[in-house]
Amino acid sequence: MKRLIAQVLVIFLLAVPAHAALNIQKVTSKGGITAWLVEEHSIPFTALEIRFKGGTSLDLPGKRGATYMMAGLLEEGAGDMTATQFQTARDALAADFNFAAHGDSVSISAKFLSENRDQAMSLLKQAIEAPRFDPEAIKRVRAQILSLIARNKKDPQEIASSTFDRLAYGDHPYGSSSTGTIKSVSSLGRDDLVTAYRNSMARDRVYVSAVGDITPEQLGVLMDELLGGLPAKGAPMPPKAKIVLTGGVTVVHFPSPQSVAIFGERGIERTDPDFFAAYVMNRIFGGDGFDARLTREVRVKRGLTYGVYSYLADFDLASMLQGSVSSDNDRMAEALDVIRAEWKKMADKGATQAELDAAKKYLTGAYPLRFDGNGRIAAILAGMQLDGLPASYVKTRNARINAVTLADVARVAKRLLRPKDLRIVVVGQPVGVKSTD
Amino acid sequence: MRKLILFISVVLFFPFSAFAADNVTTFTLKNGLFGVVIRDTRAPVVTHMVWYRIGAADEVPGKSGLAHLVEHLMFKGTQKHGPGEFSRIVAANGGSENAFTSFDYTGYYQRVAADRLPLMMELESDRMQNLVLSEKDVTTERSVVLEERSTRTDNNPGALFTEQRNAALYLNSHYGIPVIGWRHEVEKLTRADALAFYHKYYAPNNAVLVVAGDVDPAKVKALAEKYYGPIPPSKGLKPRNRPSEPPQLAARRVQFSDSRVSQPYVIRTYLAPERNAGEQKQAAALTMLAEVLGGNGINSVLGRELQLKQKVALNASAFYDGLSLDKTSFGLFVVPAKGVSLQKAEDAMDAVVAKFMQDGVDPAQLKRIKAQVRASQIYGRDSLQGMARKYGEALTSGLTVRDVRDWPNLLQAVTAKDIMAAARKIFDRKQSVTGWLMRANKEAGK
Repeated sequence: MKRLIAQVLVIFLLAVPAHAALNIQKVTSKGGITAWLVEEHSIPFTALEIRFKGGTSLDLPGKRGATYMMAGLLEEGAGDMTATQFQTARDALAADFNFAAHGDSVSISAKFLSENRDQAMSLLKQAIEAPRFDPEAIKRVRAQILSLIARNKKDPQEIASSTFDRLAYGDHPYGSSSTGTIKSVSSLGRDDLVTAYRNSMARDRVYVSAVGDITPEQLGVLMDELLGGLPAKGAPMPPKAKIVLTGGVTVVHFPSPQSVAIFGERGIERTDPDFFAAYVMNRIFGGDGFDARLTREVRVKRGLTYGVYSYLADFDLASMLQGSVSSDNDRMAEALDVIRAEWKKMADKGATQAELDAAKKYLTGAYPLRFDGNGRIAAILAGMQLDGLPASYVKTRNARINAVTLADVARVAKRLLRPKDLRIVVVGQPVGVKSTD
Repeated sequence: MRKLILFISVVLFFPFSAFAADNVTTFTLKNGLFGVVIRDTRAPVVTHMVWYRIGAADEVPGKSGLAHLVEHLMFKGTQKHGPGEFSRIVAANGGSENAFTSFDYTGYYQRVAADRLPLMMELESDRMQNLVLSEKDVTTERSVVLEERSTRTDNNPGALFTEQRNAALYLNSHYGIPVIGWRHEVEKLTRADALAFYHKYYAPNNAVLVVAGDVDPAKVKALAEKYYGPIPPSKGLKPRNRPSEPPQLAARRVQFSDSRVSQPYVIRTYLAPERNAGEQKQAAALTMLAEVLGGNGINSVLGRELQLKQKVALNASAFYDGLSLDKTSFGLFVVPAKGVSLQKAEDAMDAVVAKFMQDGVDPAQLKRIKAQVRASQIYGRDSLQGMARKYGEALTSGLTVRDVRDWPNLLQAVTAKDIMAAARKIFDRKQSVTGWLMRANKEAGK
């Protein structure tokens, strides 16, 4: 069996360059907007992704939730159309538009048929350039968001992440939920939403990708049409978040049979020379394979959870190494003991050669498989641009994974996994787990 | 390349038959294994799935959760590939894998580079017959499943409410029992239960193989012969005659309150017919009815009336999924606005449906929905995994490839009259459960 795998791998390594030749074209419109395009004419539609860097981190003091609500209102009336008229026109064209606000970006994801591309795009243009923010729509969307905030307050997973974020980022926008609070959302007025719109959606921060049945010329025209009317500049980007997280345990009492924990400490920036070492280390430590150490020790060997993971949480303004686990109240203490022991073990001893080899094989083998489907590829290309990566990254990325050595993994594990700096937030009624401060 | 050109011209010529371009071929092996190949050469990737015609609704009384526990145990290894090796090999090849259990089926899949298909078939065919389970495997994995139940259900009042509602809707059908199982029964499942279930139901004559991606259908068939062909069929398999619903004669109400609820809502489900082989017209009409009533927020009948006009709801929708082996349900859902009681929300919902039964379907809305249904056939081709899933699900829910292909045309053919006839048939309160999800000590008595 071992032999068979070895043979197959040789073939596969040869297959990677062929596939990484995914033809990404850079298209610059007459108006100076750049997009990444992959032409794929076999299905008569296009997936278009637009990102505005900044997102909810641009919320002004006291106006938390403004960008989130603004994005929710983009499909609720534009130009001379009410919400109903806009959505009726969209449905008649069978176009699919999604507007959302995230911590570091506002995103617009669109799918449209080739047969009515121009009509679909002139409709989308209205939503991007001339959202109405009608009082009636504001009232309706505000009520939905307030209901969501109230629900999140009674969801153990949400309580755990919002508690962790507050402890980690304090007063920075990252330290609170992007939906805003009942108080802030209740007081947002139309002017606040217009301000959030002007601050976050401008040409100086826009990134575009398209995959599908569209030519470079068509895409160039389309971008000027869609985005040319936006203001040149938005609000300045917020400063980096100051991480105020300390080591310790925080228990939030909540009446549920299973406790939910979020744990973590300071992470590593994408631009750090050891980022790839950290990425590989995390795959070994807390990735989603059955062989990852946390899954093996907490789930496979002891049956203490359905899921335990760690991940590099890299945002534009802060980086965290974070993880999560859920365990019944009477078993959470044991699950956390195992996680702590693994945390220390990885920091002290690093990984084994076999673990490193397996992680590299998985990460390099899985990478080209991501580029499957117009929608998926378009989303990846938009994300790469937001992260400041060049298009050639798809060709160089696997080499950087393969260059990681055992010594690199040991070094970065010691640097990132510091047991005394580990903060654990537990929500539930965990037996034998106490807050330390 | 010839194929590609042909495929585009088909779409252009017959815009209403986008499905005909989905490049699907099928075969049946001598041992009964049914194979479906969906060819798409855009990326050198393949999804390999094996679906078994066995699900939670096939379990015998007292053994709820067994189908799902067996799904978990399928990762524990065989004589040839020890514990964890299957997953290790998939990961070493850059693949992703998972499995899922429903009322009507259990499925396993891997997504890998297209040239890795033989290796996946070797592994999957091995565990179709050679599973090895230790006592410890079963006790540990049972704990994992109980933790899964805690995560998905016990920590989530909405999920607990759904369990109670389903138990009330289905008087006899096992759809009233949760797929993950009742906790007290899962706790008692044994290694012997799991092995007996496995040996009876995991066999080629109870399986559907779906391969989707950059593959040559003839080669897939040859590979299937090689890896799955030698496996003998299971002899004890009988037709899936499961407990069915008796006449339902009384409307039921379920009121569930929990201190963890912050947003109450009302949801009503009616017993509804499912898609059957060669007999999908009623299900098609119900699918369109759900779209008309509540498929698209404020652009549907319920949303327009309750959210926009009367402003008594934060959200309102309708839902129906006809893909089911036995009778299924049609649902209405309303989240009341602040200060609106559940009773008022329910009354408003009923009034809107009653008015709809008088007014009928808006032809312009039906036209828009049909445009969206047609587009979804095109958008749907972008996800190979979605395509593979569509076939696997249908073929384990009593349908044929032909039914899958007919479905988009049947939806296009639905008339306003068909929708109203289906609505008149379905909206019988005696065959329904009305549920209120409530905050503790708040909504009661209103």
